[in-house]
Amino acid sequence: MNEQAIKDLLYKLADDQLILGHRNSEWTGFGPILEEDIAFSSMAQDKIGHSLAFYTLLQELGEADPDTVAFTRNANQFHNSQLVELPNGEYDFSLIRHFLYDNAEIIRFEMLAQSSYEPITKVATKLKGEVKYHVLHANTWIKNLGTSTEEAILRLQSSLNEALPYALGMFEKSKYEQELIDAGVYAGEEAVKVEWLNRITAVIEKTDLKLPDLATIEPKFGGRYGEHTEHLQPLLDEMAEVFKIDPTAEW
Amino acid sequence: MLTKENILTLLEEVKDPEIPVLSLVDLGVITGVEISDEDHVTVNMTPTFAGCPAMDYMKKDVERTLEKHGIPNYTVNMTFDKPWDSNKLSEKGRQHLKEFGLAPPPKYDLILDLDILEHVKCPYCDSDNTDMRTPFGPTLCRSMHYCNNCKQMFEQFKPL
Repeated sequence: MNEQAIKDLLYKLADDQLILGHRNSEWTGFGPILEEDIAFSSMAQDKIGHSLAFYTLLQELGEADPDTVAFTRNANQFHNSQLVELPNGEYDFSLIRHFLYDNAEIIRFEMLAQSSYEPITKVATKLKGEVKYHVLHANTWIKNLGTSTEEAILRLQSSLNEALPYALGMFEKSKYEQELIDAGVYAGEEAVKVEWLNRITAVIEKTDLKLPDLATIEPKFGGRYGEHTEHLQPLLDEMAEVFKIDPTAEW
Repeated sequence: MLTKENILTLLEEVKDPEIPVLSLVDLGVITGVEISDEDHVTVNMTPTFAGCPAMDYMKKDVERTLEKHGIPNYTVNMTFDKPWDSNKLSEKGRQHLKEFGLAPPPKYDLILDLDILEHVKCPYCDSDNTDMRTPFGPTLCRSMHYCNNCKQMFEQFKPL
């Protein structure tokens, strides 16, 4: 198996989790209710833990250590989808993004738990159980708020419309896509997307929200190849601030 | 002569820093102990939750405990080789959790359906008339529930 293909896969998994983990942590102290403050903070902790697990696999393949990889690259070296780097916006946007993202992430982990590449299989087997709680959280709130007041429904609908082009960007194919599929490492983005659509549709149908026709939406691609919005670099600068002042700092 | 059983007995001393009634052995995070012919001790551990900040502390605690008991040659590894799930909590560990006021995670077969979180048994009054308030509690491994019978909030060690 081409090692570059494995690395490409690991980088996209790790970077998505790291960047969304950081965004989630920005809710600490600002959640609309205490439970949500705790929920987004907990998911931040989980996701950063997941990124560490994948960066550790990369280190075993000869890449730099996880802190160096996380804190010293520039935006154009990150492989995350643009969806996860967008600012939190208001709670409705963060919730919709969380719903669209985690419903895809759990499918990736379920598929990778069957991977022919054993190091990924072990990590994915472990992590999919944790992401299950993220999906439960997202789906519960979408169902509750998506059937509540007119304002809640309008806000969620507007955030859904805004987030969807970026959400479709999550499924941008790797240049090693076919190779990974042929080797049984990963079922591929198209397979994830099909299953994702089934799952988000099933939840949205229980609400007053409407899923726009995805065929009419132009996906925001580029993230997997290092093309990012103007929002990523400031996030990285803030995340790495302490590390850049003192790489040996402990707290 | 060192045996695997000796080491596991020593490791009973090491407790989860956030749940001090629970030993790492009962928690199920010690996944293997090997002793070489030269008495080099290898302890394999696995995290409960990948992002749990206590894992590093627990690893150091295992190292300190081995040293304290005069074992100079050891390696402690943190691996996902045998991933943790909540079925790995021992019966003794479950009893200790309940006494501590934390509902133990329900055991499940093969696939965990999170619907079981809806009516967790209250650790104070044993009622099933409870509701889950949020799957995220004060630490990654705890969810928060309310008992409609004894009218108290309680926490559960999450099934995983």
